[in-house]
Amino acid sequence: MLIAATLAIFVTMILAIVRGITGPTLYDRILAVNMFGTKTVLLIALLGFVMGRPEFLDIAIVYALINFISVIGVLRYSDTDQFNHTPPQNEQTEKER
Amino acid sequence: MKHTISLFITLSAFWLLNSGHYSLLILSLGFASIILILVIAHKMDVIDQESQPLHLTPDIFGYSAWLIKEVVLSNISVVKHIWLKDKSISPTLTTIKISQQTDMGKLIYANSITLTPGTVAIDLVKDEIIVHALVDKDIETLNAGEMDRRVTRLER
Amino acid sequence: MDTVITISSGFFILVGCFLCFSGGVGLLRFPDFYTRMHAVGVTDTLGAGMILIGLMFISSDILVFAKLVMILLLTLLIGPTTSHVLAKAAYHNGLMPKALNKLKKNNDKEANSSTL
Repeated sequence: MLIAATLAIFVTMILAIVRGITGPTLYDRILAVNMFGTKTVLLIALLGFVMGRPEFLDIAIVYALINFISVIGVLRYSDTDQFNHTPPQNEQTEKER
Repeated sequence: MKHTISLFITLSAFWLLNSGHYSLLILSLGFASIILILVIAHKMDVIDQESQPLHLTPDIFGYSAWLIKEVVLSNISVVKHIWLKDKSISPTLTTIKISQQTDMGKLIYANSITLTPGTVAIDLVKDEIIVHALVDKDIETLNAGEMDRRVTRLER
Repeated sequence: MDTVITISSGFFILVGCFLCFSGGVGLLRFPDFYTRMHAVGVTDTLGAGMILIGLMFISSDILVFAKLVMILLLTLLIGPTTSHVLAKAAYHNGLMPKALNKLKKNNDKEANSSTL
């Protein structure tokens, strides 16, 4: 049953990757990659129980934190003008300064 | 002082549960790193009632129980809409009023909206939240304001 | 007692897997970015929660149990934060939901290509 659960999570990760490859806008891709990361955390936890080595959970915790920081890090660029040449909110903050 | 002690207890619990080795050397290394983090946090001036909301502690469990119930119900509805055809969904983007006064109350309310599948809080401008919902009905339930009332009660 | 634990953990894990799979299908089926975000919300909250609770039933050790609780809390903290940041970035960079595009009669491709 644990193996079936692992396979189900694996299929879900494949679906996320399909959306990441096709997904029309940039944000669809980031969303798909983020979901891929959270599902990886679950996969690692499940694999730890399948193999009888619950120490894998440490890796799962670290992976969750890295995934969070990477998504936030990518999205920090959207506050500056890395994605768009003239983002409206950026001009406002410059005027306020 | 109260908040420093609470942060110390949280960090110690995190270390002890993650480590699993209880020899003297490991424990003293853990203690040293916790002290280092406390010093850094003091220099950054982030230990206050915003990062350690102790004054909410007594009521937060009742609210969490109610929120879990809401999350389960809305999960079921979203899964239903996934397996039905596209036409069953009616995406909406509106602003809703909030009645909370403190920043903490607003944060809890917006975060609860996002945690519930089917509704996502996009932005918070003064006393209005921009909400995107999967179905019209979710906005109506938010406007009915049970969550709003519960968060306001929590805030006091 | 053993069978009760096995059955309940199996039930939780299977329901969690079904929810995660539904979220993946929703990610492919829904029409635009904002609606897809709700599908991801399903897998992040109840899907992950159910699987982790199912694993908690069969955990042998108190430390393993505590680590599972920790992962659950981290997931519940991180999920809303990322979806909010993502939605806010998309909204401020001019990606409009499809429902509004229909009302304004904007071309979908134009709205999408301007964000890229």
